[in-house]
Amino acid sequence: MDKQLTVEVVTPDGQVVNDVFDMVVVQAKQGEIGVLPNHTAMISPVVISTARLKKDKESMKVAIGGGFIEIENNHVTILVQSAETPKKIDVERARKAKERAMRRIKQHRKDVDFRRAELALKRAINRLDLVGEDKKM
Amino acid sequence: MALSLRGIQKKIESTQKTKQITSAMHMVAASKLGKSETSNNAFVPYAEKIEEMVRHIVLSYGEHSHPILIPRRVKKVAYLVMTSDRGLAGPFNSQVLRKLENLINERHRQKSEYTIIAIGRIGKEYFKNRNMPVLRSATGLPDHPYFSDLEDLTYDTVQFFIDGEFDQLELVYNYFYSAISQEVVVKKILPLIAETEVDELRHEMHSPFLFEPNEDQILKTLLPQYAESLIYGAFLESKASENASRMNAMRNATDNADNMISDLRLQYNRARQAQITQELAEIVGGANAQQG
Repeated sequence: MDKQLTVEVVTPDGQVVNDVFDMVVVQAKQGEIGVLPNHTAMISPVVISTARLKKDKESMKVAIGGGFIEIENNHVTILVQSAETPKKIDVERARKAKERAMRRIKQHRKDVDFRRAELALKRAINRLDLVGEDKKM
Repeated sequence: MALSLRGIQKKIESTQKTKQITSAMHMVAASKLGKSETSNNAFVPYAEKIEEMVRHIVLSYGEHSHPILIPRRVKKVAYLVMTSDRGLAGPFNSQVLRKLENLINERHRQKSEYTIIAIGRIGKEYFKNRNMPVLRSATGLPDHPYFSDLEDLTYDTVQFFIDGEFDQLELVYNYFYSAISQEVVVKKILPLIAETEVDELRHEMHSPFLFEPNEDQILKTLLPQYAESLIYGAFLESKASENASRMNAMRNATDNADNMISDLRLQYNRARQAQITQELAEIVGGANAQQG
C-alpha cells in the first residue's frame, strides 16, 4: 500500500500527533468511522472517546475530547478540545475529575452545571479507560 | 539635608533590597512571558483550523438556524473582562477596568441591561465592590493555562448565550501586540456573524466537503466550540500581556531604584565630606585656641 494518511491531532494546547498512518478509527456521533487512504472529503463531529491510529500492525491510541474530524486529500485532521496519548494521561487528575463530576451530578442543580459535569465525567472515564486498557496488555 | 549619615546609609540599604525584589520579579515575568508566547503559538494551528472549518460550513450552508449565528434584539449585553489575580503589573488591570467602566457608563442606564463575566480576582472584586452585576467569574487560573483550565468558564459563557441569558457577548482584554505594547481591545464575539456578512457569505461557492451526518448537526457542535476557542485565544493574549506588563513595570521599578540609590550615594558622600570638613575645622580651631 503506497498511499497513506497524514494524520494531525490538533488541540488548543498544541499539536499532539503529526505522523503518517494507514488507517484511522474514530467514534463519530452516529457511530464508528474508519478512514482509509483515498477517503472522500468529509467533516464529521467526533465524541469523547479513544481514537485509534494504525500503522503496519501497531495501533496508537489517543484519548480525545469532543471535536471534529476533517478528511481532505489523504490528510486527516482531528480537531479536538483535548487529546492525550496514554503516557500523557494524568491518572490522579482524571480520577479526581471523575469524583468531582459525580458529586456534581448527584447534587444536580442548574441545567448548565449538570451538562458540564456530564461532559467532565465522560472525559474522565474516557481517560481512565484508556490507561486501564494499557495496563492489562 | 536633614538626614544623618546613618539615616542615608539605611535608606540606601532598604532601596537596594527593594531593587533586588523588583529585579527578581522582572526576571520571573520575562521567563513567564516567554512561556506565554510559546502557548500562544501552540494555539495558532487550532485557531486557524477551526476558523477554516466554520467558514467551509457557513459558506456552503444556506439556512443559518443556529442561535449563535442569528443576531437578536439586544436586551442584555455581557462583558467578559480579563484581569489578573495579583497586582504589580503596571497599567495592565487598571486600563482594562477603566475602559469597561467607561463603556458601561456610556451605553447603559440600568443594571438590567448588562452583566459582567470576570476572569481574575482583581476584576471580580472591582465590579463586586461597585455593586455591578457579575454573572460568573473565574479566579486562580494558572500562569500557563491549558484549555481545560478555562473550559468550565468558556462552556458556561457560550451556554448562557444560547439559553438567552444575554443577547450579545463582548470581550474586554489586553491585546498583546508585542512585549512593549499591549492595548485594551473590545471585541464582539457573539452572535458570531453580523447580518450583512451572512448575506455576503451566501453568494460564495459550494464547499467540496461531505458533511456527516448533516450540516445542522455539525454546526450544533462546531459553533459553540469555535466561540469557546475565541475566548480561550483572547485569554492567552491577555496572559501574555499581563506578563509583559508586569515585566515592564518591574524593570521601571528597578531603574528607579538605581536612580534613587545613586542620588542617595551623592547625598551620603556630601554629608560625609561636610562632616569631615567640620571636624577638621573644629580640630584646627581647638589647636589655635590652645596656642593662643
